[in-house]
Amino acid sequence: MKKLMTRLTQFAVAPTIAIALMLSMGATNPTVRYHRIGHELMCVCGCNEILAECNHESCPDSPVELAELRADIAKGMSNRQVFAAFQAEYGPTVLAAPMLTRFNMVAWIVPPALLMIGIFGVMGLVRKWRLRAAAVPAEANVQGFEELRSRIRKETDL
Amino acid sequence: MKPELNMPTFGSYALLLALVLSAYNLLAGAIALRQIATRSRGRFAPERLAETARRAGIACFAAVTCAAFALVWAAFTNDFSVAYILHHSNRALPWPYKFAALWSGQEGSLLLWAWLLAGYGFVVRIRHKVDVKLSAYASTILAGIQVFFLLVVNFAAPPFALVQGTVPHDGFGLNPLLQYPEMVIHPPMLYLGYVGFSVPFAFALGALMMRYPGEKWISITRRWTMVGWLFLTCGIFLGAHWAYQVLGWGGYWGWDPVENASLMPWIAGTAFLHSVMMQEKRGMMKKWNVWLIFSAFLLAILGDMLTRSGLVSSVHAFAQSSIGNWFWPFLVICIGVCLFTYFLNRDHLKSDHKLEALVSRESSFLFNNVVLMAACFTVLWGTLFPVLSEFVQGNKVTVSAPFYDRVAVPIGVFLLFLTGVGPLLAWRSTSMRSIRKNLIAPSIAALLTGIVVIAIGVRPWSIFTSTPGPFYAWMTFVLAAFVTTAIGSEFLRGARVIQRHTGKNFFASIVHLTRRNTRRYGGYLVHFGVVVIFIGLAGSAFNRSVEKTLDFHQSMTVGPYRLECLDYSEDTNPNYDSEYALLNVYRDGKYVTQLDPAKRFYQASQQTSTIVAERSTPEWDLYVVYAGQDPQTGQPIIRAHLNPLVMWIWVGVIIVVFGTLVALVPNMQAGGGGARANEKRPEERELVAAGKSGS
Repeated sequence: MKKLMTRLTQFAVAPTIAIALMLSMGATNPTVRYHRIGHELMCVCGCNEILAECNHESCPDSPVELAELRADIAKGMSNRQVFAAFQAEYGPTVLAAPMLTRFNMVAWIVPPALLMIGIFGVMGLVRKWRLRAAAVPAEANVQGFEELRSRIRKETDL
Repeated sequence: MKPELNMPTFGSYALLLALVLSAYNLLAGAIALRQIATRSRGRFAPERLAETARRAGIACFAAVTCAAFALVWAAFTNDFSVAYILHHSNRALPWPYKFAALWSGQEGSLLLWAWLLAGYGFVVRIRHKVDVKLSAYASTILAGIQVFFLLVVNFAAPPFALVQGTVPHDGFGLNPLLQYPEMVIHPPMLYLGYVGFSVPFAFALGALMMRYPGEKWISITRRWTMVGWLFLTCGIFLGAHWAYQVLGWGGYWGWDPVENASLMPWIAGTAFLHSVMMQEKRGMMKKWNVWLIFSAFLLAILGDMLTRSGLVSSVHAFAQSSIGNWFWPFLVICIGVCLFTYFLNRDHLKSDHKLEALVSRESSFLFNNVVLMAACFTVLWGTLFPVLSEFVQGNKVTVSAPFYDRVAVPIGVFLLFLTGVGPLLAWRSTSMRSIRKNLIAPSIAALLTGIVVIAIGVRPWSIFTSTPGPFYAWMTFVLAAFVTTAIGSEFLRGARVIQRHTGKNFFASIVHLTRRNTRRYGGYLVHFGVVVIFIGLAGSAFNRSVEKTLDFHQSMTVGPYRLECLDYSEDTNPNYDSEYALLNVYRDGKYVTQLDPAKRFYQASQQTSTIVAERSTPEWDLYVVYAGQDPQTGQPIIRAHLNPLVMWIWVGVIIVVFGTLVALVPNMQAGGGGARANEKRPEERELVAAGKSGS
């Protein structure tokens, strides 16, 4: 039964992942892409603003970049190609977040990895403490009962 | 001839005097505490020496106040012989902004920092009888920090430096972005928060140095942390509101390094305020707590350094300067002192108890802390990664909103989940029966909300098309319902008990309940405020914007609104020239309001600024920006944003502030004593029983 459930899960999970990947790679309409990619790029004039949000008057760069973005999308370039073209022209700082390449992958991996280590670390710690506590049974202390009662009251009445 | 009062000279001398006084406070305090600790006696009795140190600290506050007054005076009297005033003020500047000039530049803001630190120190020293010895340690540590900031304002960034050569008739003016009412209160609030973390740091370090017996220090530290946290919360959200109203890009948070700098100590402070409860209630997590409060302070200093040194590029940073050369050694010294004291006295921080169950209030606090610190690390990592990348790869990269949206947002959603689950768990261990019982109502509420939100039109499955926003928004709405129901049931359970025993009506019972345990119910209010803020943040997944050039009586549509251009024109006054458009707003054909977005050009600073016009409702904000003029026709270019649920953020902040204030108020006594106190006992017993089942 357990084996069957595992098989069924595998059969259910694999197509789901495949569909998710397929859909996530698919391009949507040009306006949506223009808006979305515009939020993944930076204005290079030095204002440190997201390209699609750059709003300072007479900005020398953002209209040029936006026109290039529109043209790239019209040419049918994929997101990755657009990013590569912008990076080649303006340098890596034009991308609002590092791409998943070489050392830049570290930027993406470290925070979730640390979170996972922290969560599993806490679970391991609790388990270790529980096992240690179970190994040493507490002595009965009738005299300390009142003290225990007041402590429990204190602890439960946060 | 009558000698003229020279305020810049007066201010400079006041700062020098403050430095001498704080140096005396540090040295005399350290010698006295050393003598007390080793039971040795010098020429003076250590108690008397410590008292002189305390008084020097109080006098230091008076001296720094004089310096701050001298700078404000120079701004009000248009004394452009002071370089700082020349660069940050002008004659036509309205008076509230002249006052704000105190913190609008590098030198002035450092003086503000020193003044607030002296002010906090003043309060600690005046209230030294709370715990004379611990206060003496805290006062000496604060004096050490004070010496650093006074050294900086005396020698590295003097606010009273004079203009060389001819003094110009008028100043260069205040940055137009800072000429906004919130800018008069946002920086002081933020600085009160940053500087506020120095006090709990000083108490925690002092307690560790003196191997403080008992747990009273933790209660003092917690209260001071709440004060700093409250101010920082106000500062951060006032800043967000300012950015929303003034920068004109339609958002309130851009994950800029300077914004991140304020978020990091806030998160560390939040983690401390949670885990400190484990120390108070169960004598656990002592080492962790000490490091959390150290981290909050160190991150505040790191944030200050990032803002000022130019290490990372930021929209908000002060001009790049060599001031980082002063901050780095200070930060290293602080870390060194913390490490040294910790390793010397870490045996004093042994836990009284160990965790007994994975499903318990204690472990929920542990998870909460792990997630909060992961969030804090993510922000720090994203802020410093460009520097790391330059060091490793030889080229800088940008780490901006898309990175945080993908990494920090899921962590935030997980935190929201823990906010709901944590209070439902009991201390020590929670039975499965109790969990089931407590989770039923919140889970049903969450499920129903999930269905309703999908029915309204939110599509969580859009995550499969690389658009994670609606998915996270949907998760937030679901969890918000879960947490709100959990909090509501806590109030309901307690209020019913009070109602039964006192006969008061429901609302009076809730007030009574809250006053009986302000920390607990104030905390729940804060959680509720956070939920409301999260709902507001989730709205950003559905932002829309339209841009159009409008002629007279032409209109544009955004969402359900139609904007019709009535007029556009120009105006001028001594401080600025402005261009504006007058727009009538209609919804479903009915007139709603009139908006007048504008763009100003400030004469003195030769800079432009956006004046956003908005109509805010709980449903959404219609946010209209005058984006400029069409160069050919001279017609206004109008950008209209429709930002859902933004008002919830500001309302949530008000609830958070209210909840924190409630938590700061001491508990109402259960009874006057004697027979009356006895009358209350059954009610208390029942409340405890209710607490056991719920929390």
